[in-house]
Amino acid sequence: MPQTLFDKIWESHVIEDFGDGWALLHIDRLLIHDLGGAPALNELKRRGLKVRNPELVFATPDHAVSSAPGRTGETFPEGAQLWSGLRKMTREAGIRLFDLGEDGQGIVHVMGPELGLVLPGATLICGDSHTCTNGGMGALAFGVGSTECVHALATQTIRQRKPRRMRIRLDGALGQGVTPKDVILHVIGKFGAAAGVEHSIEYAGSAIRQMDIDGRLTICNLSVEMGAKSGIVAPDDKTFAYLAGRPFAPGGKVLEQALLHWRSLASDDDAAFDRDETVNVAEVSPTITWGTSPQHAIAIDDMIPDPSTESDLDARATMRAALDYMGLEAGRSIAGTKVDWVFIGSCTNSRLSDLRDAARFAKDRRVDARVTAWVVPGSLAVKRQAEAEGLDRIFRNAGFQWREPGCSMCVAANGERIPPGARCVSTTNRNFVGRQGPHARTHLASPAMAVAAAVTGAISDVRCL
Amino acid sequence: MEPFRVVKGGAAALMQTNINTDVVIRIERLTNADRSKLGRFALEALRYRADGSENPDFPFNQSKYRDAPILIAGRNFGCGSSREGAVWALMGMGLRCVIAESFGDIFYGNCFQNGMLPIRLPDSQIQMLAREAAELSGAFTVDLERSKVTTPSGRTVDFTIDPMRREALLAGLDDIGLTLARSSAIGVWQSADRLARPWVWDTGGRPAR
Ligand code: SF4
Repeated sequence: MPQTLFDKIWESHVIEDFGDGWALLHIDRLLIHDLGGAPALNELKRRGLKVRNPELVFATPDHAVSSAPGRTGETFPEGAQLWSGLRKMTREAGIRLFDLGEDGQGIVHVMGPELGLVLPGATLICGDSHTCTNGGMGALAFGVGSTECVHALATQTIRQRKPRRMRIRLDGALGQGVTPKDVILHVIGKFGAAAGVEHSIEYAGSAIRQMDIDGRLTICNLSVEMGAKSGIVAPDDKTFAYLAGRPFAPGGKVLEQALLHWRSLASDDDAAFDRDETVNVAEVSPTITWGTSPQHAIAIDDMIPDPSTESDLDARATMRAALDYMGLEAGRSIAGTKVDWVFIGSCTNSRLSDLRDAARFAKDRRVDARVTAWVVPGSLAVKRQAEAEGLDRIFRNAGFQWREPGCSMCVAANGERIPPGARCVSTTNRNFVGRQGPHARTHLASPAMAVAAAVTGAISDVRCL
Repeated sequence: MEPFRVVKGGAAALMQTNINTDVVIRIERLTNADRSKLGRFALEALRYRADGSENPDFPFNQSKYRDAPILIAGRNFGCGSSREGAVWALMGMGLRCVIAESFGDIFYGNCFQNGMLPIRLPDSQIQMLAREAAELSGAFTVDLERSKVTTPSGRTVDFTIDPMRREALLAGLDDIGLTLARSSAIGVWQSADRLARPWVWDTGGRPAR
């Protein structure tokens, strides 16, 4: 029977089939971070259990550590215990930790691919919903809760029910000023925040094949914002070239063996999907969100939508509440809305290519006097490489703050928040109520669009810079 | 974990769509996580006003719903972050059952790890339940053994729950114990896999290029 890529990876990891779609799956990589790591390892201990395969578990602090220049694990006091707990517990368990200031540290979904820990055809989980990012490498990767994380630490497996399969073909060429972030926001705007619930999404099509790995990671990153636990892109020569020489990627004879396997990882031509969609990316404009769900995405030259045109009453009320929270008026153009903050960072858009793109627009420009703008690189490796290329100087000269790697204002778990009522254009993935701080207003956009907002002081079309 | 068999009591409706787990529990509340103390922070952005006082429009602040163990919610409830603290917080405010048209996948799975029952029903039934919750004051009964919700007016609605999950909830078991019993099968699989996919197991790491 023809199989999808997802089915192939799933089936090759089934240890036991429980019937009814349920299986015990082997987990090849388990990543843990400061927020969940020590609590999970403590819970394991409380139950009198041990980490089954510490050699397959990797850790880094990212969520609750300060991003201030010169930071330590104690700069954000409320996170200090989580950080020191992660150090202590990983040492005890024999888990490799990429600690602050050490090669490899970074946002967990940025450091994984970068180190070559995330491999095509592998299964990977982490107690974080954006684990789906790693699907950009051709891995089956999804986020889990705390108890499931403890389960995986103890057994190196997870019990899962096979989701339905969805394919989104992205065909065509990206227009000027349009990035993978715009494409995926557009897709979520089109299909909705629940379109992927109980599905695993495969992204295919000519635009995906053209896209570099960083772009694919960005696309897969927002799969969970469509409700899907995982998103995946079939690995290809771009993937293999990306992996070549990375610290944890295979080399030599084993690599040849791996490549043979990796090249078989694609959906069969006649494989059936429960839902199949095609989007022509040539139609995508630079895109930005207006509301409090990633599905509230519109083109930069669109008007803020009018709830009264929405027929579903619950959805209409939700739109009204979103407009109210965001302090916006229906029917106005989104462009020109004044902003107070700009945040460039997060596992969505903090890789080197994102920073290069942002720097291209920031060069020889100035951040508007009323805007506070931050750049938080996704990992120490990104930060060092950006500095080697002089990107940090471009940002600093333009008036951006250049900070230490971590999640920072994406989730405000480390005390770095947008003040109440302030408006932020952010390269992150969630514009939820209170996500960047209580009463903070978030507009999701690409790094280029974030720079456009920073230098003009308002939501602006990057194509007009 | 407390088994779930029959839960009886009030139901309150929150019909906004896409209520996410950031809204259910703010991340900062989880950095000092004592999971037993999260109840008062559950849904705080909706539950309290900017000055910290209770928002009287929020159903759980009204005497009729204050101790309701059942939440009827808009579709895609619990989307977003994987934080299991969302389930702990809702349970901390006394909830045992959430009924919605659809749920965020990770939240849905987390419920079962903690003795919370998430029930999926079609929109028309959700609307009916929400109406009864608003208009009548009697108790709802959620019976997992019979997979049935009974409304205050006596209407019954059947629901389906995956049999494996249903058994585990009825018995009050999370997955960990069940899987530990399969430790040797895991060992056998891993030994074979080490030979078949050595690149997965060679995690010593090399110096960066
Ligand atoms: S950057 Fe944001 S979305 Fe990504 S892992 Fe960190 S908090 Fe989560």
